[in-house]
Amino acid sequence: MSVESVFPQLEALLPLVSKPVQYVGGELNAVTKPWDSVSVHWALMYPDAYEVGVPNQGVQILYEVLNEHPDALAERTYAVWPDLEKLMRAHSVPQFTVDAHRPVGAFDVLGLSFSTELGYTNMLTALDLAGIPLHARDRDESHPIVLAGGHAAFNPETIADFVDAAVMGDGEQAVLTITEVIRDWKAEGHPGGREELLLRLARTGGVYVPAFYDVEFLPDGRIRRIAPNRPGVPWRVSKHTVMDLDAWPYPKAPLVPLAESVHERMSVEIFRGCTRGCRFCQAGMITRPVRERSARVIAEMVDNGLAKTGYEEVGLLSLSSADHSEIAELAKGLADRYEGTETGLSLPSTRVDAFNVDLANELTRNGRRSGLTFAPEGGSERMRKVINKMVTEEDLIRTVATAYGNGWRQVKLYFMCGLPTETDEDVLQIAEVARRVIETGRKVSGTRDIRCTVSIGGFVPKPHTPFQWAGQLDHETTDARLRKLRDAIRGDRQYGKAIGFRYHDGKPGIVEGLLSRGDRRVGAVIEQVWRDGARFDGWSEHFSFDAWMAAAETAFADSPVDVDWFTTREREQTEVLPWDHLDSGLDKDWLWEDWQDSLSEVEVEDCRWTPCFDCGVCDQMGTEIQVGPTGVTLLGMPVLPVRGEGLLAVGATIGTPVRSGPVEG
Amino acid sequence: MARQAPVRDVAPTVQRLRLRYAKRGRLRFTSTRDFQRALERALRRTGVPMAYSQGFNPHPRISYTNAAPTGTASEAEYVELAVTSILDPELVRTALDAALPPGLDVLEVVEVRAPDFAERLQASVWVIELPQVEPETARAAVATFLAAETVEVQRLTKSGMRTFDARGPVVRLDVRTGDPEPAGETGTGAPCAILDVVVRHVTPSVRPDDVLAALRLVADLVPPVPSRVTRLAQGPLVADASVGAAMDAVTDPLAPDRSS
Repeated sequence: MSVESVFPQLEALLPLVSKPVQYVGGELNAVTKPWDSVSVHWALMYPDAYEVGVPNQGVQILYEVLNEHPDALAERTYAVWPDLEKLMRAHSVPQFTVDAHRPVGAFDVLGLSFSTELGYTNMLTALDLAGIPLHARDRDESHPIVLAGGHAAFNPETIADFVDAAVMGDGEQAVLTITEVIRDWKAEGHPGGREELLLRLARTGGVYVPAFYDVEFLPDGRIRRIAPNRPGVPWRVSKHTVMDLDAWPYPKAPLVPLAESVHERMSVEIFRGCTRGCRFCQAGMITRPVRERSARVIAEMVDNGLAKTGYEEVGLLSLSSADHSEIAELAKGLADRYEGTETGLSLPSTRVDAFNVDLANELTRNGRRSGLTFAPEGGSERMRKVINKMVTEEDLIRTVATAYGNGWRQVKLYFMCGLPTETDEDVLQIAEVARRVIETGRKVSGTRDIRCTVSIGGFVPKPHTPFQWAGQLDHETTDARLRKLRDAIRGDRQYGKAIGFRYHDGKPGIVEGLLSRGDRRVGAVIEQVWRDGARFDGWSEHFSFDAWMAAAETAFADSPVDVDWFTTREREQTEVLPWDHLDSGLDKDWLWEDWQDSLSEVEVEDCRWTPCFDCGVCDQMGTEIQVGPTGVTLLGMPVLPVRGEGLLAVGATIGTPVRSGPVEG
Repeated sequence: MARQAPVRDVAPTVQRLRLRYAKRGRLRFTSTRDFQRALERALRRTGVPMAYSQGFNPHPRISYTNAAPTGTASEAEYVELAVTSILDPELVRTALDAALPPGLDVLEVVEVRAPDFAERLQASVWVIELPQVEPETARAAVATFLAAETVEVQRLTKSGMRTFDARGPVVRLDVRTGDPEPAGETGTGAPCAILDVVVRHVTPSVRPDDVLAALRLVADLVPPVPSRVTRLAQGPLVADASVGAAMDAVTDPLAPDRSS
């Protein structure tokens, strides 16, 4: 059975919407396989606008991995803006993929990648437009399996009503396992229907099916226990860990959209995981251990990716890029290789203490010295001990002095507000830090033409971190603290004009907090607020705090819990947390110990350079830290071909004009 | 103190190439900026030795002229490239066409031999398909429009809401009967009117949607579904543009580069 494109119906609507190009597909390196050539059809969704979703590395990787599999195809779908949503409803055009414009409801799996919880309402829009019942329990064999992944999938309880399954951790191998389970089940003639398929997935031990677990509550609202309700379903579901990044050099052919996206560059992931141990950082905690990609494979991916995309800039991605054991050789090798080609290299996520000027100079050899960004996160020395940032104010001042002394004119500093035990004084210390930064910068650079921007947002405690027990700071106090900081910076006559201040107010953080650490009862809030019109909650112009609070009031009306209960309440050690049956590898006792250490301002070193401190991941998951150096140099790489060789007019040689002299530019 | 842009060795321009390309099918929804990014990346992938500007953010020397609006197809878009080696225009055409997605099609590449290209683009020939509009209704509306001296329309431009005359620059406007869409899942079997319109380039430019806005104003012509618009050609306007086919109202703007 073939599946028809809905493009003819969609096309008539496109002249009526803004930025129609985001709905037409046509990206370079996109793949469209014939529907009938495979048995398992995946629709991959990044539940945000196309411009945000299309550069997402996770989706690009899985898209390619699945399309390489002989039994699978994958197409992509993104959230449509309200203008198109309205027209699609009026003209009965279903949620579609941008690759072949096939209706999402026709696929076997709808895989959603959640980098943030604020994409949940967009998932409901997509399900509804696709004709898929919102509730998993109302679906039958004709509907896709709705599968959540991404960091938010480490606590999918708040969307347990809407998803059939969730996968935690690295997706590369997991999607292939799932493909094979579905392929076999289909080949056998769908034995046992949808229930049997979900059971087979659950029994792999690496796919969480919420419907196969019962959650019991205590009268006071806390969870009594979470237990499987089918035989053969594991008590705890494990995350997935890819142990050899060199064996998975994806994306090999990065997608290049026609429409403008939020990342106009190519990205190459240089390692995965982080053991710096920042206590607020869910990404660092859930992606352990550190697994480096070798310098040789990184260089090949950069070279191959540039040739296939034509991008002008490459970002070397990871959670803390300067921590790669061969970063110096890598940066120098790549800078040598692309010297004079207008190709730029960037290193997002550089730690204050890992910055060194040689590295920064290599990356800016072609003269672009825009700005440097560091994230001290906490304003005071005490705060940084609480969060285990392991960076002193002296480190920071030394680093910015080096930067200003070497020609940089702009430094951006990221902070958080509302960290556990924080006081007004801790936050006001940020103004002092910024003053010292400018003071030092003016001294070492000999110019007043330097700037520092302070960027700050509210902290949201996340599952699977030592702060998972912490009470979140209420938005009123967060905003009051941010106002005091703003006034302190603006009121500084000597340096205030050189310091920029950007902040995010505390309200969206409360909704994010509700969705991050909530349980199954929060699903009713999501559904209610979506029915009331909530869409694109990650966008300030669409987000409505009042709508969320009103929906929560309705949904929690007859229950012992409310928004504060889920957000600002501190949890006890013995409380069953909604994600306790989801195994990120981290030992709950270790997390508690680290939480207590945090309160006593005790720091924990990075296990890459010190003995193991038993966070539990490697033991539990059978993994190990993989870091170099490998000692392999990049010298063996092939020399770049001379540009335009094949395009020359007869008799012409590159660099020596044969006919005319230079014409005026 | 102003920052000093780094002084770099930049290879000089030794040749200029002029391209005609088409924007077709679903890629008619690309904007000018979308095309610019796609072209610059295609140039890097094919290894065309582009000349770069100096400064903090060197960019390849490419000039874009008079691009068709987002959502309209075109058979006649023009771009000029500055390169640092003498290249074979036909090889560049083949390579770039292959590197751009289907729907952004490079049709011709010539070496620049004559100046003042922008001045050659005096007028455009557009074809506007109006599905589900009776040709007779369209004819009546067009007759009213053509009989008017001026028809003032409004459009939001970069410099705010502008009011301008959409009648004056219209050199000619013909109505044809198109093939009805086949009845079936997507088509309705309804009739289709086709407008052939020749518009002189003025500022602010009068675009096909301005002509349609004018038809709505003077004769209440409101197409039930969005129109499909294609620019067929742009170039120097012939002396008597009302004689012969609308397509012959302009001549090939690349002719001076070919002949000299």
